[in-house]
Amino acid sequence: MATRIYVPSDTTAKALGADRLAQRIAALAARQGLELEIVRNGTRGLYWLEPLLEVDTAQGRVGFGPVEEQDLESLFDAEFWQGDVTHPLALGLVEEIPYLRRQQRFTFARAGITDPLSLDDYRAHGGYRGLPNALAMAAQQIVDEVRESGLRGRGGAAFPTGIKWQTVLDAPADQKYIVCNADEGDSGTFADRLVMECDPFMLIEGMTIAGLAVGATQGYIYLRSEYPLAQKNLNAAIATAYANNLLGDDIQGSGKRFDLEVRMGAGAYICGEETSLLESLEGKRGLVRAKPPLPAIVGLFGKPTVVNNVLSLAAVPFILDRGAKAYADVGMGRSRGTLPFQLAGNVKQGGLVELAFGPSLRELMFDFGGGTRNGRPLRAVQVGGPLGAYLPESQWDTPLDYEAFAKVGAVLGHGGVVMFDDTVDMGEQARFSMEFCVAESCGKCTPCRIGSTRGVEVIDRIRAGENVEANLELLSDLCETMVDGSLCAMGGMTPFPVQSAMTHFGEDFVKNTSNAQALAQEV
Amino acid sequence: MSTLGSTPWQADIARAIIDELKHKPGALLPILHAIQDRFAHIPEEAVALIAPALRLSRAEVHGVISFYHHFRTRAPGRHVVEVCRAEACQAQGSRALEAHAKAALGIDYHDTSADRAVTLEPVYCLGNCACGPSVRVGDEIHARMTPARFDALIERLRTDTLEVK
Repeated sequence: MATRIYVPSDTTAKALGADRLAQRIAALAARQGLELEIVRNGTRGLYWLEPLLEVDTAQGRVGFGPVEEQDLESLFDAEFWQGDVTHPLALGLVEEIPYLRRQQRFTFARAGITDPLSLDDYRAHGGYRGLPNALAMAAQQIVDEVRESGLRGRGGAAFPTGIKWQTVLDAPADQKYIVCNADEGDSGTFADRLVMECDPFMLIEGMTIAGLAVGATQGYIYLRSEYPLAQKNLNAAIATAYANNLLGDDIQGSGKRFDLEVRMGAGAYICGEETSLLESLEGKRGLVRAKPPLPAIVGLFGKPTVVNNVLSLAAVPFILDRGAKAYADVGMGRSRGTLPFQLAGNVKQGGLVELAFGPSLRELMFDFGGGTRNGRPLRAVQVGGPLGAYLPESQWDTPLDYEAFAKVGAVLGHGGVVMFDDTVDMGEQARFSMEFCVAESCGKCTPCRIGSTRGVEVIDRIRAGENVEANLELLSDLCETMVDGSLCAMGGMTPFPVQSAMTHFGEDFVKNTSNAQALAQEV
Repeated sequence: MSTLGSTPWQADIARAIIDELKHKPGALLPILHAIQDRFAHIPEEAVALIAPALRLSRAEVHGVISFYHHFRTRAPGRHVVEVCRAEACQAQGSRALEAHAKAALGIDYHDTSADRAVTLEPVYCLGNCACGPSVRVGDEIHARMTPARFDALIERLRTDTLEVK
């Protein structure tokens, strides 16, 4: 029997040469007359080990990584396909790597294990167990289950998913929609991408269950155009689901209907805001809508609409399979279940870390991340994307929990953690936050549209040493105006990274000025 | 596909694309994507066809095209090279990479090199944030980009006059 070799196929593994590696392994195996079956799995999300080659053995899957093309000769010499061999890149059993073993993989239980496009693999590893349960339940029972799980929106706002679903269920309408927000625009995040590239059936199953729960028959996945591979895999998986009666007008003979389509965004960060996203889906400029009315009442094409993040919907099959309690049993305070954190930026061991809420940011960055990639001291950490605060060392012991982060003026958001070493210029980072808002503001409200432009200008003046004290005061005032006066989180949160940089790293704003030291005292 | 679709403008093809998609709810973005995927940009002639088909004014169609960074109204070079500007890549040195890219190509963002080989664009996050700096060419993402590797990539794109893959 052929030995099975796994070569990951997600965007990052490919960006690190996994496709070429798979081709070379096939060619070398053919030349040596070896029977190797190459399976393109997703990724485990242990990115510092990618491309991570795995070999199926009687004891489990054995890993080698990170493998570069020039390592193949020595790997073949060592007969790596035997699994338990001596080689500098040998990692032993993959499941025993501490980084992976210490995680609680609820949502990412299958990532990197299965062939993403194999429905058989999905089913063999616990997939499509929640849907039959949902088909046997009344709509209200499904909503109750999700509410009792304590699941909160994983896009960043952390609104209880069950309450959102209840609102849509209770809204009478001839047509309702499920919209998946797959516009994962936050820098430092890639968990949505991993779901879509590595386990697309899980998202399809979650959306189908959501449709059954609220009485929606049409779903859309609004996917950012920066994710071409996710688009390809989602479309392939949706076609397979239709062919197997898991989507369409008579799901598994239940007489219930759910249709699903992927729609592409077009490079606008603001379209991750739910009302802007709905405008975009309707074929318009992505201008933010005033709320109320909530999308749950007046959403897509004016109909009641559930708008949920990829990770929220991806958590649903687990909850309907294992029960609300199994999900709610882990976590901290009002943050129940797990959050897939993403370690990014200047990090030694970057990747996906799914954990129950509760450990500290420091544990995540050092016990998992191993500190900075280049070994320099870690100085600032931006959590929750470009609208999230920069945290100084004094805040790294904050537990990973929505409320604990809110208490220190920070956000967990979508779980992205971007690490910066001591060479970072926080004045420059603050300027970038404003600059990003200039580029991405939808332009509907003045504090965001004009405030961000003025923000760039005033930061430039401060950094050039012009009336520093007065301009710092002006910047503080501008930030307050944007926070209080903006229509949505874009303008309302852009000041968070700026204010945190001013509070905790004020010396960086004035370091280029002639009397920097004196001014630094005043900041 | 490592290069963009570069079919020369043909109104018949555009009309067929529009006819196929115009009945979808919220059809404008799918149509704009399909046109750009085919012709590498959205020429003025396409706007004149799309607007009446969707019962919109040409100004409304323009408004949508100009809102989204992804859509372009001018033909790009043979390859579009997108450099990630977002924070995770900044933490790994993307600011220096950006400066190098502009200097090496002798152009700024949104411009095309004199030999029409490369159009340079900024992008805010490719989701490859644990292995930055990241660069996208067509549908391929390149990880841990350095100035030296960038030069090698550009050299390859410049000599690659045929559409491959």
